[in-house]
Amino acid sequence: MANTKEVRKQIASIKSTQKITSAMEMVAASKMKKTQDTMLEGRPYSLKIKDVISHIALASSEYPHPFYEERSPKKACFIVVSSDKGLCGGLNINLFKQVIARSAELNEQEIESCFALIGTKASAFFKSVGGEVVAVAEKLGDKPNPDDLIGLTKVVLDMHKNSDIDQAYLCSNGFVNTMTQQPNVEQLIPLAPEEQDESSPTQWDYIYEPEAKELLDGLLTRYIESLVYQAVIENNACEQAAKMIAMKNATDNAGDLIKELELLYNNVRQAAITQELSEIVGGASAV
Amino acid sequence: MSTIKINIVSSSEEIYSGEATMVYATGTLGELGIAPGHTPLLTGLAAGPVRVQNGSEEEAFFCSGGFLEVQPDLVTVLSDTAERADSLDESEAIKAKEIAEQELANKDATLDYAKASAQLAEAVARLKTIQKLRKKQ
Repeated sequence: MANTKEVRKQIASIKSTQKITSAMEMVAASKMKKTQDTMLEGRPYSLKIKDVISHIALASSEYPHPFYEERSPKKACFIVVSSDKGLCGGLNINLFKQVIARSAELNEQEIESCFALIGTKASAFFKSVGGEVVAVAEKLGDKPNPDDLIGLTKVVLDMHKNSDIDQAYLCSNGFVNTMTQQPNVEQLIPLAPEEQDESSPTQWDYIYEPEAKELLDGLLTRYIESLVYQAVIENNACEQAAKMIAMKNATDNAGDLIKELELLYNNVRQAAITQELSEIVGGASAV
Repeated sequence: MSTIKINIVSSSEEIYSGEATMVYATGTLGELGIAPGHTPLLTGLAAGPVRVQNGSEEEAFFCSGGFLEVQPDLVTVLSDTAERADSLDESEAIKAKEIAEQELANKDATLDYAKASAQLAEAVARLKTIQKLRKKQ
């Protein structure tokens, strides 16, 4: 039977853990609001550039861009967006599972995979699992700068330009609501062509200043960058939400554990008293 | 007076959205004036002001570069947050690659944080099971 001192010590240690987890829950709750605001601030740009891209897709351009070109795929690159810090429940691991599953699927079709990783957790995971890592961007903070992602995106796009890869996927968590985050694996390249609207006026094209090729190159690169950036800030909002929920659960569990241990403590204390009493009574009757 | 819809956005925020009778911008090939009903146009923007005129009112925004799209009834300005140069992009790309290589080189480091934390989690789980089994006895 455990002794009272041991149980008391355990209760004290769980209580201090509970304090930490509840503090972390509150920190995550306040950060969640900020990250959600950042996510919403980034939306107009991604919506507008999407509009422009869809207009371009409708225009009968003189220059077909390589991002729309379907090649027979031999190798694909996964851009994996993860958090920098842990303690956010299954957020990262659920995403990694999907990435690995999709990579295995491609492998069956004899398509190789390589990875461009955003976030410390992704680089740690793929280091232990293995896999070809072509670029890493880490420690972007709660308010990532779009410029921090340029390098990583450029590595992937350059590989596509040099035909080292034929497909690119963007893997990140989608923010559904505070309770739910949805891991997504989305195809970036080749870009899915817009559905042709029958009612749209026939045959028109932009005036390009200066050259169509130059402009479309720049614009589509920006488009991919904006998708990656949007994924990163959305993933941040997911991280904070998941962290809040995880820490809330941890705090609740600690409370349950404390209750259980207090019951045990009382039992042990009572048993000790009973034993002492019976010893005294036994001793008295022996005299 | 007819107007044209104008949206100015940068990747981190929405800068302006509204109607205009005339929009002036600095394209890579020179100053542009866009009136409602302009033919579709796609151009790069050089660093410079974007002026939005609505009747007698005028507002100006600085834009450090980006893209301008014109549809007959809509102008979209996609502004970059920072100055972009190919050389800068290149150095960023090299940085991202270097980090990846460093990570790989560190594979045999004596203290592998990820591995250690995984082992710790496993140990804690094992301890918990033992405690549960003990309780049942």
